[in-house]
Amino acid sequence: MSDVKKIAVIAAGLSQPSSTRLLADRLTEATVNDLRERGIDADVTVIELRDLAHDVTNNLLTGFPSTKLDEAIAAVTRADALIAVTPIFTTSYSGLFKSFIDILDPQSLTDLPVLLGATGGTDRHSLAIDYAMRPLFAYLHAVAVPTGVYAASADWGSTGDSASSTLPGRIARAAGELAALAAASDRSDQVVDPFALSEGFSPVGSFGAQ
Amino acid sequence: MQFGIFTVSDVTTDPTNGRTPTEGERIKDIVTIAKKAEEVGLDVFALGEHHNPPFFSSSPTTTLAFIAAQTEKLILSTSTTLITTNDPVKIAEDYAMLQHLSDGRADLMMGRGNTGPVYPWFGKDIREGIPLAIENYSLLHKLWREEFVNWEGKYRTPLQGFQSTPRPLDGVPPFVWHGSIRSPEIAEQAAYYGDGFFANNIFWPKEHYMRLVSYYRQRFEHYGHGTAAQAIVGLGGQAFMRSNSQSAKAEFRPYFDNAPVYGHGPSMEDFTEQTPLAVGSPQEVIDKYAGMREHFGDYQRQLFLMDHAGLPLKTVLEQLDILGEEVVPVLRKEFATNRPIEVPDAPTHASLVAKRDAALAAPAAVDTTTV
Repeated sequence: MSDVKKIAVIAAGLSQPSSTRLLADRLTEATVNDLRERGIDADVTVIELRDLAHDVTNNLLTGFPSTKLDEAIAAVTRADALIAVTPIFTTSYSGLFKSFIDILDPQSLTDLPVLLGATGGTDRHSLAIDYAMRPLFAYLHAVAVPTGVYAASADWGSTGDSASSTLPGRIARAAGELAALAAASDRSDQVVDPFALSEGFSPVGSFGAQ
Repeated sequence: MQFGIFTVSDVTTDPTNGRTPTEGERIKDIVTIAKKAEEVGLDVFALGEHHNPPFFSSSPTTTLAFIAAQTEKLILSTSTTLITTNDPVKIAEDYAMLQHLSDGRADLMMGRGNTGPVYPWFGKDIREGIPLAIENYSLLHKLWREEFVNWEGKYRTPLQGFQSTPRPLDGVPPFVWHGSIRSPEIAEQAAYYGDGFFANNIFWPKEHYMRLVSYYRQRFEHYGHGTAAQAIVGLGGQAFMRSNSQSAKAEFRPYFDNAPVYGHGPSMEDFTEQTPLAVGSPQEVIDKYAGMREHFGDYQRQLFLMDHAGLPLKTVLEQLDILGEEVVPVLRKEFATNRPIEVPDAPTHASLVAKRDAALAAPAAVDTTTV
């Protein structure tokens, strides 16, 4: 296990600058700090999906990624941990965020620790993390940490109320959960064999008496 | 080294004038195109198999036999024959028939097919695609090599004492290629049998196919058919040419931009950069394809996709003139230069008969020395 953990960050915000990137940076900083306290360095790759929007659409149409997109896909799928942050549009993750997930090999996020983050105009959409993002990553066999972090516009100018923790508090809790899993992850050291045949495969089939 | 063309048999609207050929026109055009391929000195014509519009070629052996009757030297092949949804017994019969009628000028390429509904239409399950390809080919291989076949499998009714007819010409089955876009299982299967492996090579970056071909070559050697360099490799390709680069790009662009597979996606410039598609002068096409042996090793068959995306017949025939007269003769020279002596040519009926006869003679020679 190496002392440096690879952290990939997906920011699916469309405006520039975006509050989605702002939240992604806060989550990243907190995770990196938490890892450092554990004596572990982090190697962070931030992927702004806006910069890859055309490449993602082309991949959907042609079936293969451009070089630039291929590098982003590798950074995500070979990471020790992922921070995934999307704006909530019309009750769910953005179309661009889902399109990026759609072009990944469905097996490629297996066992990947993920911190789920989302931004929106009002806090009424905060459950989108749990009813939209969480099932998506569960389907992909990724390991989403229990605390998702939703930041509504109002959160950026608030200290929270007595009934809920503050945004910085939620960020710290979620980052701690992710750092614990990232510290134990060896995904970035694993070698993937693209030519691995399925178990029990025979070139003549199960009935081939050769 | 064999050069030729392959077609998917699409009936597509010409985006420059909105005209859509009828199925009848396209079917007759394909025959004209195949005959032109022979006329300009190409070696191979390969036809796809589909069971849904906008494609017309549901029954390749009918078309190929018709072409065989009107040509002398052209090798007739497929791109591809669906090993998953066809009954392997019918494949054995149809292609042995084609082999006889064409005097041995027939081979075929196995493919799984990627049109989801075709599987249920033929009573199959697409999730079983690989196991179907493996089991069906195992039976096909046997039907062409054993006179009376007793067989039981998972996907078709058992056979007892079944003899497929006609028997292969001269007792030698047609050579088989296996085509695959992404499955190492199919490369493994091709290597196991010592069959050819064909990388479509046109829709994705060549690096992807290079890894797959390299895997096939290693496994070919592993199974004892020869060295990795002797494995039988075929590649697809795609080109559009005019005497100067600018006119080629200008003329092909509307076809590229509206093509069924990659249209409305990446720019033609990006796609030519990322994939083996070449649009430009004959020299540019030569340069791009002469480099393929550096990437894939010396190989045996190069097929170009020339008639698709609504290109009119007249244009396709002009393209074949350029391909046959200006591009392929240069590529033949380039590929022959420094080609290692141990690298075989693509198997033909004559070479397979000779190989079989040599194998039959060899044990006899051993017998006389040991007796």
